[in-house]
Amino acid sequence: MNLMDQTFQQLKLQHETALIPFITVGDPDLDITVDIIKQLEAAGADMVELGVPYSDPLADGPVIQRASQRALQHHVNIEVVIETAQKARNAGVKMPFILFTYFNPVLQMGLSRFFTALHKGDISGVIIPDLPIEESEEVRELADAANVHLVPLVAPTSNDRISHILSKARGFVYCVSSLGVTGERASFFSGVEEFIQTVKERTDLPVAIGFGISSGEQVARFSKICDGVVVGSAIVRQIEANIPLLLDAKRREEGLLQIKQFVSQLKQ
Amino acid sequence: MTQLPDEHGRFGRFGGRYVPETLMNALIELESAYRKYENDAQFLAEIDYLLKQYAGRETPLYYAERLSRHLGDAKIYLKREDLNHTGAHKINNAIGQAVLAKRMGKKKVIAETGAGQHGVATATVAALMGLECKVFMGEEDIRRQQLNVFRMQMLGAEVVPVTSGTATLKDACNEALRYWVSHVEDTFYILGSATGPHPYPMMVRNFQRVIGDETRRQILEIEGRLPDVIVAAVGGGSNSIGMFYPFLQDEDVALIGVEAAGKGMDTPYHAATMNKGSHGVFQGSLSYLLQDEYGQVQPAHSISAGLDYPGVGPEHAYLKDLNRAQYVPATDQEALDALELLCRTEGIIPALESSHAIAHVVKIAPTLTKDDIVVICLSGRGDKDMESIMSYKKGGKQA
Repeated sequence: MNLMDQTFQQLKLQHETALIPFITVGDPDLDITVDIIKQLEAAGADMVELGVPYSDPLADGPVIQRASQRALQHHVNIEVVIETAQKARNAGVKMPFILFTYFNPVLQMGLSRFFTALHKGDISGVIIPDLPIEESEEVRELADAANVHLVPLVAPTSNDRISHILSKARGFVYCVSSLGVTGERASFFSGVEEFIQTVKERTDLPVAIGFGISSGEQVARFSKICDGVVVGSAIVRQIEANIPLLLDAKRREEGLLQIKQFVSQLKQ
Repeated sequence: MTQLPDEHGRFGRFGGRYVPETLMNALIELESAYRKYENDAQFLAEIDYLLKQYAGRETPLYYAERLSRHLGDAKIYLKREDLNHTGAHKINNAIGQAVLAKRMGKKKVIAETGAGQHGVATATVAALMGLECKVFMGEEDIRRQQLNVFRMQMLGAEVVPVTSGTATLKDACNEALRYWVSHVEDTFYILGSATGPHPYPMMVRNFQRVIGDETRRQILEIEGRLPDVIVAAVGGGSNSIGMFYPFLQDEDVALIGVEAAGKGMDTPYHAATMNKGSHGVFQGSLSYLLQDEYGQVQPAHSISAGLDYPGVGPEHAYLKDLNRAQYVPATDQEALDALELLCRTEGIIPALESSHAIAHVVKIAPTLTKDDIVVICLSGRGDKDMESIMSYKKGGKQA
């Protein structure tokens, strides 16, 4: 039981769906990331996915690839991401943090050092998009010992793998809305509702959906059937569009407000 | 050693399947289709037929007498993969995977390419078999391999320019994988090197082992014994693993992989993954990788687009740590000198990739005696590189 579980429980009592924004930490710089996290919470986010920038983000579309490249200019690594989360926490942010990272940076940091740092940094969960269930046993054991949830992805193509994945799931189950990488899209794969229903029937954990969800309308549609909705590229695109404002000390508040307003309307 | 990979796709600790969940069932399906057909007589006969009648196998094992005499006492043989249809060893694997794609009922294929040789090979077999073909290629490589881009287009393939990252081979692989995630249900990914997630490193090796199998038979016929040294260039490592694999059990045969040292091992501009890299997960498998201390992949450099890659196939990583194969560097300049040497002594223009292997033999030649037999895998021909070499000679800078 950690902060993530408590948040999902609380939301369930209130019959609400968690809004889970994704941002790349260090885009456009680290101080602004702390401000953005505060705005996300103020706009109604229930938890936040903090992306560790990576040179070769295989599961990401162009928007998050660009964010990664911008953040890497500031030499952002896993430890910096955790420090940034702590700064946000110290600035009064209450919501749970979920780290999103590709596997190689974790491997280079060392698995035990990684989970010790997550535990100390009050990070509730971790998503590793290129670590399928077959490769994840050791990681999961260390995650469990650190009381950090290793949140698995389930894809529309998972089919007979779903039960195995769910049997090892922690925190929540992250359903991928469609075939493809991250990025806004107008339509999802045709059986998406049935897919989510199948997953929900087989797990007691909260079920969230992500990849390509970008509008208030889409959030509303999936809020009816999911316990959480992840919005990534659409928010990262808002950040990208507001970089000139965000980097201008005099107009930063204006830029932050734009992002806040975008996220607020997602929850209507 | 020859029984690997294990059921988890591991060569020792290397290999595995580090990919997004969306691709997992596709890889499992690919593996079981491959397992189903790998010993199927009709499947193998179709591949054999195409290798022989279409690609022109077997390729000669040619005794390079003038090169041998020029370098000293040892006898140097060239395995002439450059004489294959499309000019390189890449066609061996492209035929194998395309025949498998057809068996699996896939009508669309995609591929990544660096120098363009694998792209051309894939476009070729796609035309032959009536498959729709897209080839992902970094913009930087498109610039330095114009001729191959045009060849692919002539063959009816769509060349998709990749602008992300360093716009070279690694990014073309990323983009091919991303495209595959989106189109996994009707598309077959013909991966060109012995890299990527399981079952690719195994499958590519098995489709390329024809190089080593023929070499073994040919050298026994010609010399009545196995060679002392086998040398092959290593980028991702497909020609080298295909050459090495049938000799793994022959402990008296030294296996040497030559990687690109670019502008020098003491500069950041190289692609010497084995010598300068460390263990890491990249594009689906655990192997050696050029990376910084935080696990960010570092850009590679080589005058040869085919070796310009920061990763390497997992079986090579295994052979290195086992000390069964040795991996050594050769610089851009050494490769160019070797290329010219082969042109002048034998009238053969080798690919820049293969020239790295020749460069290493130039280095070790003084230590060899008249009783030594060396085989170099001449993985491809150099016509595609003429423009790069011209501009290198003019500018003295990277092509």
